[in-house]
Amino acid sequence: MRNVVPVLTVVATLIALWYAGAVALNAPWAYDKAARAEVTLTFPELVADTWSQEKPKLPAPHQVATEIWNTTGAMIASGRPFSKRSLIYHSWITFSSTALGFLLGTALGTLLAIGIVYNRTMDMSVMPWVIASQTIPILAIAPMIIVVLNAVGISGLLPKAMISMYLSFFPVVVGMVKGLRSPSQMQLDQMRTWNASRSQTFWKLRLPSSMPYFFTSLKIAMAASLVGAIVGELPTGAVAGLGARLLAGSYYGQTIQIWSALIMAATLAAVLVGLIGLIQRITLRRMGMAA
Amino acid sequence: MQDAQATSTASPVIAARDLSLTFQTNDGPVHALKDVTLDVQKGDFVSFIGPSGCGKTTFLRCMADLEHPTGGSISVNGMTPAEARQRRAYGYVFQAAGLYPWRTIGGNIRLPLEIMGYSKSDQNARIARVLELVDLAGFEKKFPWQLSGGMQQRASIARALAFDADILLMDEPFGALDEIVRDHLNEQLLHLWDRTNKTICFVTHSIPEAVYLSTKIVVMSPRPGRIADVIESTLPRERPLDIRDTPEFLEIAHRVRDGLRSGHSYEG
Repeated sequence: MRNVVPVLTVVATLIALWYAGAVALNAPWAYDKAARAEVTLTFPELVADTWSQEKPKLPAPHQVATEIWNTTGAMIASGRPFSKRSLIYHSWITFSSTALGFLLGTALGTLLAIGIVYNRTMDMSVMPWVIASQTIPILAIAPMIIVVLNAVGISGLLPKAMISMYLSFFPVVVGMVKGLRSPSQMQLDQMRTWNASRSQTFWKLRLPSSMPYFFTSLKIAMAASLVGAIVGELPTGAVAGLGARLLAGSYYGQTIQIWSALIMAATLAAVLVGLIGLIQRITLRRMGMAA
Repeated sequence: MQDAQATSTASPVIAARDLSLTFQTNDGPVHALKDVTLDVQKGDFVSFIGPSGCGKTTFLRCMADLEHPTGGSISVNGMTPAEARQRRAYGYVFQAAGLYPWRTIGGNIRLPLEIMGYSKSDQNARIARVLELVDLAGFEKKFPWQLSGGMQQRASIARALAFDADILLMDEPFGALDEIVRDHLNEQLLHLWDRTNKTICFVTHSIPEAVYLSTKIVVMSPRPGRIADVIESTLPRERPLDIRDTPEFLEIAHRVRDGLRSGHSYEG
């Protein structure tokens, strides 16, 4: 609760800057219109115009807020929350591929990390490939994944989830390798004195020890999954999802639509990452490992 | 003492013959142990004392199959250390308690029992028994962070006692604790040894601790790590804390100190 005042101050400052920026960026168009209509604008008229244009360079916060309300709350109020015009519908589409990609990426990342920690050959060989995979621009590889999977008859949710997985497994691998290696030599020696098997050492020592690293990785992976899902929606012909809204918005110069989709995406990311943070806190506190 | 003497004719629990261990490092070979020969009899309380680098911990780790000697031989319960470890012949107490923060005290003691496949009811009975033994009854449901350092170390000793190992290997278990707690734990450890009849090998760098606890004190010296002197204690088995002020105690402490000093004079 102590944080409320500083946070609100920062938010208020950002909004003020945003309004000022809207005036500065949208003023040329307002002057153009005024020149064509052969009127001169007073300053209040100028401000009023820059904050209410239909296709502004930078929409004002209240325009974005209105658009978001019209495509979410108002849709619910009118009983059509999953209409194709609703941001709730598009968010849901993006969320479902984010979640599936996140789960797949977490599973893949954890399995690779276990392999790297337990298998010397994998330890020597896998990590460079994992790093190389992240140096390939996702925008270049995303259409190919979609096209290739479509060619073998897989379409819909899975191709987009694959792109999310491609981005999200990386932080999990890096974090879990470190986490699974976090037990001290003394703890490993101790397991050895009890003649513990490798699987016992894994389940009773390595895996619990890795939990703080695991949750930190999951937060990054979740954000990366969302980016992957949005990128994955771009080459699908902009049918549905927040990525589709972004693309459609940029086709038709609908800046307000772009910004509202952006803010929805950011909100979705904040909620998902916050959710993991909550699970992290509860789990680590129960494990006596709270930071 | 009479018990120890009576069993000394039987085969030793730990027998080292010309044991050597050389680490290859970038600065050339390091002789952690050189030609160490020692017998530990059943029921002995043997302390290993010496300056750092004298190989006392390395020797203990050889018994536990945590290090592999490069020369000579060592047997534990008549087996190789690897076989002894696989048969869970010993409990090992490290310098740090090493309790898992996500397990309760009871859960931590249960850990080796789970690994060794004891039945659930047997586990519970053993946990209750060893907690009683180290004076921690009633702390089963507490988490490690709720206990003081001394209590945590007692819990870690309880964990090493919970399964049927008749050898207890202790590597400076009280090294990180303050003098007062240490005295108390030393006294408790003696009671425990008396009641359980375990064979204890105890690494320390405290002369009073070694003299107070042991039936046999092994003085070691560094570079290369070797045994400088073996002192059989003449103190009675029953040892109140104030035995440390008796002439007999001071006499033994003096011999240990002499042994440590002569070990150093080999240098140069």
